[in-house]
Amino acid sequence: MEVLVCVKRVPQVGGRIVITPDGQDVETRMSGFAISPHEECAVEEAVRLTQRLGGTATVLTLGPAEAAEQLREALAIGATRGVLLETDGREWGPVATAAAITDAVRRTAADGGGPGYDLLLFGNEAADTGDYQVGVRVAESLGWPCVTGVKHLETDGATVRVRREYRGTGETFEFGLPAVITVKEGINLPRYPSLPGRLRAKRAVLEQHQPTWSADGLRKTGLRVPEQRRQQATVLGSGPDAVPALVRLLEELGVLR
Amino acid sequence: MSVLCLLEQDAAGAVDAASLRALSLARGLAATEAATPATGAGPPTPAGHAGTGQLAAVVFGDPDRLPLTALGGAGVTDVYAVPPSHLDGYAPRAWASVLAGLTAQAGATAVVAAATDRGSEVMAYLGAITGQPVAANCLSVRPAGNGTYQLVRQRWAGLLLEDAVLEASPALLTVAPDAPPEDTAAAAPSPGEPALHLHQPELTGADLVVRAAETADQGGGVSLATARVVVGGGRGVGGPDGFAPLEELASLLGGVVGVSRVVTSQGWRPHTQQVGQTGTKITPELYLACGISGAIQHMAGCGSAKHIVAVNTDPAAPIMSRADYAVIGDLAEIIPALVAALKDRG
Repeated sequence: MEVLVCVKRVPQVGGRIVITPDGQDVETRMSGFAISPHEECAVEEAVRLTQRLGGTATVLTLGPAEAAEQLREALAIGATRGVLLETDGREWGPVATAAAITDAVRRTAADGGGPGYDLLLFGNEAADTGDYQVGVRVAESLGWPCVTGVKHLETDGATVRVRREYRGTGETFEFGLPAVITVKEGINLPRYPSLPGRLRAKRAVLEQHQPTWSADGLRKTGLRVPEQRRQQATVLGSGPDAVPALVRLLEELGVLR
Repeated sequence: MSVLCLLEQDAAGAVDAASLRALSLARGLAATEAATPATGAGPPTPAGHAGTGQLAAVVFGDPDRLPLTALGGAGVTDVYAVPPSHLDGYAPRAWASVLAGLTAQAGATAVVAAATDRGSEVMAYLGAITGQPVAANCLSVRPAGNGTYQLVRQRWAGLLLEDAVLEASPALLTVAPDAPPEDTAAAAPSPGEPALHLHQPELTGADLVVRAAETADQGGGVSLATARVVVGGGRGVGGPDGFAPLEELASLLGGVVGVSRVVTSQGWRPHTQQVGQTGTKITPELYLACGISGAIQHMAGCGSAKHIVAVNTDPAAPIMSRADYAVIGDLAEIIPALVAALKDRG
């Protein structure tokens, strides 16, 4: 089974998000970068599927040259091949991103002389932009079916059966491959990379392409941190001695039955 | 000139809260578009719709259960209903095809949906089918002339705001479920009960490949997203065995336990209990955050709680600047004592 998993390099934001002085980006001079959380799980799922069914788990990212770091993170936990769609650092919108990924999928099919990938995995939405659409756009361009928000995936290599939550109940979908699935954190618990995995990832040769940027109909003019409720909590007391005060508070808030 | 808005119904047939937020934004858009005639590109306005600021709701479900009078009060002039006899079960591409067809038929300038799981998925399909961009998680949208829109949308699950310009026809928008309601005082007076159109969609095989099988109920119990009280547990709980007192407290308060990301990534509790950017957004009356430091990704999920009470050993933890009240100390001592006090109280 040939699986492609698409990941995005996003800043690791800690205690708070700081904006650059020009108001255009998240300040990242003091922070590291990581694979977006839902996509970490997509990588784990791809590795598990190909370990069970055979085949290749390819990881792809569209981003600056530094995004090779995220490809190597995925290779370290068991992905077998890395593809970097290298950009000049500009932000790419979902329409252009999907077009570049679609081209890469078609190129693989053409180069291999075969049908190419059986399954494309994405995260449900990127942690930073939260656009919720790249996977669906790629699927539509390829004429493949797509379901988003998946928390459980079963496949025999010919069909796929997926489940997700909908208002506290489960919802299942089943269709033939090839297909596109976007997953949510919780579908699995990603493993930590092993030392041999890290070494292999460090040495791996990445496939590189330079897709052409195009403008999206949605143009960012600036970023802002919303005004937040900043206050200091009223301290009711310390340790178990504070319990009577806590009970009185719960009474006042009307949450006791 | 018209604006379409996808409405989702809850199990009882009522329009859900997130859809009402989307409808509020769509109403404001329809009113301002009617007041400022578009110059520049855009589909021609069909006769009879000129300048009236039509607001059409699109619903997939039983039209008999729709609150038509209330929808009229919310500014809806027309309701297009696709009853189960015409399309049964949720099929995202089919829903998007219906919206694409109605957009062309009504000459709609914008299509709006709530940024729920389904709303986001259907709008992504609609964007893909029409080749138009989708502005996701909008808080406010204003026409800015020449077929452009000035908008504010959420990034990082609401931790950041993006100001953006959208140039698209139609404008495809999803509305953040926690968007503030629009001021509709300036909107056109309510048109009374909207006209109901039963819509028979023309669907292709490709529209129905992805279709939800019957949803299986996963059993009762209070859901995290709608619980009145959530007892939160974080790293400070110490391990999988530390949650029993939190469960007992939640049960005494008629609530549920929610956890931080570190708890689920350690495998202490299932991911279904995670509160935060990659988990569930909660809106309880009371969030009792125990042993939770208050990372921003966690606060993105619980910031809408009406009251936050923190129990933490560290008086300098970030949660202290977001909580209303705090008890300083070890939750392993405080929570059992609180459980005992509530039981004594009877």
